[in-house]
Amino acid sequence: MPSHTFVLNGQQVTVDVEDDVRLLWVLRDILGVTGPKYGCGLGVCQACTSHVNGRAVNICCVPVSDVQPTDEVTTIEGLPATVGQELHPMQQAWLDMDVPQCGYCQPGQIMAAVAMVLQARAAGQQLGDADFDQIRNICRCGTYHRIREAILSAQTKF
Amino acid sequence: MSTASEQRPTDVSRRRFLGYVLAASTLTVAAQLGEGAAAPRAEAAVPGVPEPADLYDLNDMLTDATLATANLITITLNPDGTASFALPRAEVGQGITTSTAMLIAEELDLPLDKVQVSLADARPELLFNQLTGGSNTTISTYTPVRVAAATAKQQLLEAAAAELGVPLSALSALQGVITAPDGRSLSYAELAVKAASLTNLQVSVTLKPASAFRVIGTPQNRVDALDAVTGRKQFAMDVQVAGAMPAMICRPPTINGTVVSVQNQAAVQAMPGITDVAVVSTGVAVRGRTFGQCIDAVRALQVTWGPGSEDAATDATVLAELRAAENPIVTPPLPLLTKAIDARFTFHFASNSALESNCAVADVRADSAEIWASVKAPITAQEEIAGRLGLPVGAVTVHVTQGGGSFGRKLFHDAALEAAEVSKAMGKPVRLMWHRTDDFRHGRVHPMSISRVRATYSLGQVLTLDQRHTSVATEFGHGLGEIITSSVAKLPVGGLTFSETIFSLTQQTPYNFGVTTQLLTEVDNGFHTGSMRNIYSPNVRCAQELIVDQLAAAMGQDPYHFRRNFLKDQRAVAVLDKVAQVGDWGRTMAPGTAQGIAIHPEYHGFVAVLVEIDCTPATVNRKIPDAVTGPRVTKAVCAVDVGLAVNPKGLEAQMMGGIMDGIAVTLTSSLHLDGGHFQEGSWDNYFYTRQWNTPPELDIIVMPPTTGTPGGAGELAVAGSMAAVACAYGRATGIMPTTFPINHDAPPAFTPLPTVPPIPQSPTDGLSRAY
Ligand code: FES
Ligand code: FES
Repeated sequence: MPSHTFVLNGQQVTVDVEDDVRLLWVLRDILGVTGPKYGCGLGVCQACTSHVNGRAVNICCVPVSDVQPTDEVTTIEGLPATVGQELHPMQQAWLDMDVPQCGYCQPGQIMAAVAMVLQARAAGQQLGDADFDQIRNICRCGTYHRIREAILSAQTKF
Repeated sequence: MSTASEQRPTDVSRRRFLGYVLAASTLTVAAQLGEGAAAPRAEAAVPGVPEPADLYDLNDMLTDATLATANLITITLNPDGTASFALPRAEVGQGITTSTAMLIAEELDLPLDKVQVSLADARPELLFNQLTGGSNTTISTYTPVRVAAATAKQQLLEAAAAELGVPLSALSALQGVITAPDGRSLSYAELAVKAASLTNLQVSVTLKPASAFRVIGTPQNRVDALDAVTGRKQFAMDVQVAGAMPAMICRPPTINGTVVSVQNQAAVQAMPGITDVAVVSTGVAVRGRTFGQCIDAVRALQVTWGPGSEDAATDATVLAELRAAENPIVTPPLPLLTKAIDARFTFHFASNSALESNCAVADVRADSAEIWASVKAPITAQEEIAGRLGLPVGAVTVHVTQGGGSFGRKLFHDAALEAAEVSKAMGKPVRLMWHRTDDFRHGRVHPMSISRVRATYSLGQVLTLDQRHTSVATEFGHGLGEIITSSVAKLPVGGLTFSETIFSLTQQTPYNFGVTTQLLTEVDNGFHTGSMRNIYSPNVRCAQELIVDQLAAAMGQDPYHFRRNFLKDQRAVAVLDKVAQVGDWGRTMAPGTAQGIAIHPEYHGFVAVLVEIDCTPATVNRKIPDAVTGPRVTKAVCAVDVGLAVNPKGLEAQMMGGIMDGIAVTLTSSLHLDGGHFQEGSWDNYFYTRQWNTPPELDIIVMPPTTGTPGGAGELAVAGSMAAVACAYGRATGIMPTTFPINHDAPPAFTPLPTVPPIPQSPTDGLSRAY
């Protein structure tokens, strides 16, 4: 069985599993990292959103063989460490606005939001109302409005 | 005229209840669930003929059902000074663990973060008392939970009085510390064991008056928010159970299709990671090391399928059936010159799929079974699973996990039952999860319905309003049926089916419209149905409010003032006035845009919603990939009066979610039935509200307490917002919408996924789409 090595939340991990198994299942079913959620397995709902080298990725659509030994995979569990804090400012904003309802979509929402802010920042911009049309994450509990407020309040804080 | 001093004894006696101190090593207290919940109900005196739900509604029935049992809910005060409580309800996002912790913190005078609320396993002795539905949790647990907490505080005070040698009345309790007049103090941690009892005691306690509330009625953040934002919140699929490997089902191409034969079972069983393949009642189950490999196996299975229950059905055939079954409206002879408005509305099938798809962990052994799942009727689940497995009920343990949304889904336990069957068939523990595509196509749906409304008016009065709601049958296999059977003598309606009973207990006309009748007829089909954040109300209210707008127009009145003039209840008027004022009702709107306003009474509460909608081509034709944009609700204002909002911040969240649901069912989301199956198979086919449909402006106003007791909240806003959005759309376009969602008959906005294999493969382009 092929062996795959990558950096997961700051730690190097090696997993023996078939090449085509998607990263989501490698994390959840083999490594027991359950922050990223399954909502479709189709790259649609964005519940599994995590970071690969700092960029947001639907890890249900990444065969584990696509990940290289030096690639840094960050899930919601590893997000605070990327800023060296107990909680990432985006997570703190989520708490301040009391965003979560059932909470199932929220790890993916937060990972997507952080990447969007960083992407806009790299282009010398801040996110505004019009940019929210690009967030595809489903929240079946309908927390969208508080998500917008949380992103707007956190985007200058990291 | 009575004076304040005359009233006080009555007031205190209304707050006095019996609590129990249980024999235990640390202070353990209890109260009867349901006790005291039967405060006298004011009977509404309304002109015209009151409808059954005005007098006795679904929530009264659910609350009264809990009165019958003498079983206890228990709070434990731990030696570390924290309090624990296992809530016999399901938390699926509605915030009841938070509001329950608040009730305990209030009466116990303990900081909120020292109260731990978990979810109780199925407790068959609670009978009807463990059903989470009809927005009933807070209504039925408000008093018992406080009684238990007050009992604990009283015991702590008594223990402190003995320890400190001062009279109890001289002590004060604050934030988990009891202090004597001389400044000496003892913490609850120091008292928890000393306050414990060697025997069971019954004690009388007095609850705090509302004027002394420090926690109840204050906005609080959710107690589980930190776990949610850090990924630590554990849903059923996150629970680690030894040996419980992923499992999925290969399902038939049509609803309720059956397995005739499997051609390649051995080959699939030999696929990488796969450990087992077994035929079960709903399809062919596979178990493997990862869900990814289960998906591969499901897709590889070659199965000959038998026909399903609805193979020839399409939207059109079901609609025709509903039309044929519709009861006529017989209007009594009316004065000359009476005019009528008559319209029929169609509400298409919709999916109550949560973001967490149906799932459960099952470990079935020869003589016992253990299940982990988010289920709102765990006792019914336990009984049915025991029956399916041929085990005594007591041999089945059902652990209620945190739920990733419900919206009606988790009233049923389809995945738990299936997981148990699969675990038994394979002789191994399984972690069974439905694929998203299956969740849409084979999961429960909110039934298609039609609603005909006829109103007559003359000389500025509405004389009659008749509504005939005809629906594909809603299933009630989750315990509500049993509650109805046992409550039959109390119900203000007789000789009705379960569904008709629920209908008559929930549907109200909030207006003085003379003689009003609202009747349900059901067509029984082979669909798996259920509620969707309410059963009938959103559709029934939407139809009725559209007719109200028509009546207002026909009688030359403004929609807001017309409603105001005809509303029965002052609480309804108050919320309506509030949204009209905050939302600036009647302001000048640009062509193609409009305001809409609507009201919804239910569960001892009232909600009013005002929206603004933009139906201009520039907005309607916005291009977003794989999306339905369409008319945009640009602003929503909601005022809600639930009598007493235990947690206004949580109530706001429920209103916000309800509004998103109302927008979805009015404008974008439905299932299309064709060839025996629903076409939708992903969130880019089933267009639930997304960010691009979210109103940029949202204002939710929680009204100050009115009745002093909490009403239900979880579903209230769906009906109000659906009706308001529909009315706004009608006013913006000049055409009253009659089909919902309004885009249902438009050319499909997606290409349906194949049905064989039943589920799609995951893409492999994730990295190239990174951002
Ligand atoms: S699970 Fe990955 S996008 Fe839905
Ligand atoms: S909080 Fe439940 S799906 Fe978003």
